[in-house]
Amino acid sequence: MFELSPAEWEAVGLSLKVGLWATLLSLPPGFFLAYVLARFQFPLKSLVSGLVYMPLVLPPVVTGMLLLLLFGSRGPAGRFFEEVFGITIAFRWTGAALAAAIMGLPLMVRAMRISIEAVDRRLELAARTLGAGWWRTFLTITLPLSLPGVIAGAILAFAKSFGEFGATITFVGNIPGETQTLPIAIYSFLQSPTGEGPAIRLAVLSVAVSMIAIIGSEWMERRVLTRVATA
Amino acid sequence: MSFDIDVEVRRSDFALKVAFEAAPGLTALFGPSGAGKTSILNMIAGVLKPARGRIAVDGQVLFDSETRVDLKSEHRRVGYIFQDARLFPHMSVGGNLLYGYRLASKAGRYAEPDHVMNLLGIAGLVERRPASLSGGEQQRVAIGRALLSSPRLLLMDEPLAALDDARKLEILPYIERLRDELRIPILYVTHARAEVERLAAAVIGIENGRVTSLT
Repeated sequence: MFELSPAEWEAVGLSLKVGLWATLLSLPPGFFLAYVLARFQFPLKSLVSGLVYMPLVLPPVVTGMLLLLLFGSRGPAGRFFEEVFGITIAFRWTGAALAAAIMGLPLMVRAMRISIEAVDRRLELAARTLGAGWWRTFLTITLPLSLPGVIAGAILAFAKSFGEFGATITFVGNIPGETQTLPIAIYSFLQSPTGEGPAIRLAVLSVAVSMIAIIGSEWMERRVLTRVATA
Repeated sequence: MSFDIDVEVRRSDFALKVAFEAAPGLTALFGPSGAGKTSILNMIAGVLKPARGRIAVDGQVLFDSETRVDLKSEHRRVGYIFQDARLFPHMSVGGNLLYGYRLASKAGRYAEPDHVMNLLGIAGLVERRPASLSGGEQQRVAIGRALLSSPRLLLMDEPLAALDDARKLEILPYIERLRDELRIPILYVTHARAEVERLAAAVIGIENGRVTSLT
């Protein structure tokens, strides 16, 4: 039952590739946004956090459509990447990674923001009086203390990217080997009369990946709380 | 080594204007809570910025509103011991102790780990995690950590207030040893008269953001 066909492997492999790239791509801006939202008060803060969290509630097809308008071959960002870097984003796996990154960003930022907010700033102050500058304090105190939350956020973003469907199929379509990630492959198999077996196999795989990701990230988030509680 | 300060802070709910000097040895800042004692320490440590004034240790200016000198906390070489120990929970006791030691310039170092650990009776705790220590042990490690950064001035903000009576008696002898061994000024904030009588060579009374007595 659990032998995957080459076509199924292709979808799984593509989902892994898209998920990993999406996570790596969103880590730096994700951490930056989480840090800024956790630590600073500024005008338009609710607008920034609204934009970051919007993909959680917006219909994914709308997110995909907006991506298409921006990054499509005639969109301003799409033309910029095409002309300056020679990278085509729409209807390529790179576009799938971009869509997945944007859909995973809210989950990543939320987990990271909570863990950064939980870091006791008085510990940072203590480090400063001991002679550590801002960067050293950040690298030796803030980052290690919030690390479990950072990892939890990355795991959640990866799981979300691994299985993103709506924005991806709207933005980059359903091209086997290029943009047909695991959930899109499941959808395609379900359209064909003989596809039920492969669809169920891939569905079981997605359930397993999601479970592992949620358990892993919750375990990490608990570590944030115990670290802070024993300070 | 000597220390002098002349600062002013004005806020809608709080005004503070103090000037005093401190010699090597322990000087108590004594007064009721809310008098502004901790604010004074925070200004010396570079955490709170005075509206106007001057702070200098041993001739070096840490802050001067007229010449616009305002050293960052990390460049002031001021050892700060808080009411709560504030040990770094993700490091061992040894990691905590050496945090400031490693950052201090070799030329300015006068405190060495072995000596400080013996002085404070914490040599046996090096491998432990801060969370596994008693309150008194945590506070001794915090004192050691501040000392090992080789500060020119030691600030202690009610270091015994969070401890029960037995723990207070455990720490007091160590503070007495520090006072007698170190040749730097120690500013000791407290509202407990017993601590003042036992520890302080000089007492500065603070009330409502003003110096009310010097003895």
